[in-house]
Amino acid sequence: MTSISSLSSTAASTPAPVVARSRFANLGRIWVHVVLCGYAVIALFPIALILINSVKSRDAIFDNPLAFPTPDSFSLIGFEKVLHNTNFMLYFGNSLVVTLGSLALIVLFGAMAGWALSEYKFRGNRLMALYLALGIMIPIRLGTVSILQLVVSLNLINTRTALILVYTAQGLPLAVMILSEFIRQIPKELKDAARCDGVGEFKIFFQIILPLIRPAIATVAVFTMIPAWNDLWFPLILAPSDETKTVTLGVQQFIGQYVTDWNSVLAALSLAVIPILVMYVIFSRQLIRGLTSGAVK
Amino acid sequence: MNLQKKTFPWHIVVFLAPAVIIYSMFSALPLLDTLRLGFYTSNDAGVHSFVGLANYHTILFDSDWSKAFWNAMLNNLKFFAIHMLLQNPIGLLLATLFSLKGLRGARTYRTLIFLPTLLSVVIIGFIWQLILSPLWGVGEGLMQHVGLGDYFAPWLGQETTALVTLGLISVWQYVGIPMMLIYAALLAVPEEILEAAYAEGASSFRIFWQIKLPLILPTLGLVTILTFVANFNAFDLIYSVKGALAGPNYTTDILGTFFYRTFFGYQAQIGSPTMGAAVATLMFLVILMGVATYFYFVQRKLTRYEL
Repeated sequence: MTSISSLSSTAASTPAPVVARSRFANLGRIWVHVVLCGYAVIALFPIALILINSVKSRDAIFDNPLAFPTPDSFSLIGFEKVLHNTNFMLYFGNSLVVTLGSLALIVLFGAMAGWALSEYKFRGNRLMALYLALGIMIPIRLGTVSILQLVVSLNLINTRTALILVYTAQGLPLAVMILSEFIRQIPKELKDAARCDGVGEFKIFFQIILPLIRPAIATVAVFTMIPAWNDLWFPLILAPSDETKTVTLGVQQFIGQYVTDWNSVLAALSLAVIPILVMYVIFSRQLIRGLTSGAVK
Repeated sequence: MNLQKKTFPWHIVVFLAPAVIIYSMFSALPLLDTLRLGFYTSNDAGVHSFVGLANYHTILFDSDWSKAFWNAMLNNLKFFAIHMLLQNPIGLLLATLFSLKGLRGARTYRTLIFLPTLLSVVIIGFIWQLILSPLWGVGEGLMQHVGLGDYFAPWLGQETTALVTLGLISVWQYVGIPMMLIYAALLAVPEEILEAAYAEGASSFRIFWQIKLPLILPTLGLVTILTFVANFNAFDLIYSVKGALAGPNYTTDILGTFFYRTFFGYQAQIGSPTMGAAVATLMFLVILMGVATYFYFVQRKLTRYEL
């Protein structure tokens, strides 16, 4: 990627050249693969089982759960039922709005705060950084009693806005930390040159800094999207109404209700898994880079 | 230099304000307010009145409450112990294998094994419920294949095994996190040191124990505290598999589900925000003690090698 990402992510930088090492006997290599393959099967088997059975007829699900679907046993009845008889698409829309909404706010406000903390010297700078960093270790869930009262008093109960605000508050501490770390590595000359030309502070941030920290933004995006998309607690408490339900809450209640309708349950589970699988395929490189570079610090 | 002219630096305020306001309103202040609410009680009309430590006295010394609280605390400790004994060592093992030089397919393995971590706990919980259900028979069938069919039992439903089973499911899901953190730390171990050790004729095992492991100790400390905070804040898995009552007979009750029931009520008992706040405060103190222990005793004492 760009110079900035390679500066910070020592871990993700080029792997050292492969050295053929005789003392690493082939036999040892095979055992390593056996262990890793074995673990990969354990990790993937349950997910594959659900996906495979979701496209089978009811009889086939019970008679032979481990078999792949054949032309005989193939059936999309579960998906049809879920998509026709439930508000699944609505829940998807809600999850999407909530996740992307909080993501946008986290990235924008996180970058602005990260820039302020890393660029300007002012009284209380370090104290402010520490204050924001506390949220990384203290789970926001512990403040639920008061958050609920606040949301009720603001008349935001059962709105997606409430969820967006809470997830933004939850995601900001880590975002500020990662982004200010990146912003610190931007060469001084760039900003000084702009200032000499009389460019204002806001223009410097939005037109020079923001485009430069794109790799870090991708990392922050992956870190904040997944917990927001998967959360059960706050949708359950702040927005349980049918119009504002997220996929995670929807699935949780759906599988409780239709627990005997196996086709529908498996289809519902698959529908809830697929978006993350797609996202993972798209972002997996960035995610791994983010995790590895973020962790070294 | 010319930033701080005589005029008030409004741009700093504008840059900081949105983040600080949202974070304060929806995270920091609610947390403080929750700590405050723990000292109050509310009557039927919802009017709060100060009662000092009465809520805490009830939770810790009233026979019903304290039994439930300590049960949840003990279960939570067991839950944490399962993660420390299995999740983190397995993560360490996998990461060590990935980081072996020139291992083919390392990236693929890493990507695949990390996948369950991304899925919602709700989905994971239900998938495992299906697999372990005697009704469907997948778990039992698989065990018969390897000749262990007789040992199969409805683990999630039994008082003696439910908590351990849930712990194992959670380990299965989250092993990717310690794996990645440790992997990143292993990648940062300087190549020259390892080359030198190989040149001296040190075995792979010795290099692991005497060079790599000491160098990644800070990361292992971080993994421990992250596991601690996540476990003592856990809720979703138990709630989605066992419901708010954390059955059978509260054997899977942890602080998160205890907090939920106290706050929202269940069956005959009416929920109480102020009692809920007191439980949240106790959880806060537990987590704070963990974090403080980590920062003051572990992280400080760990030797930081300059890499």
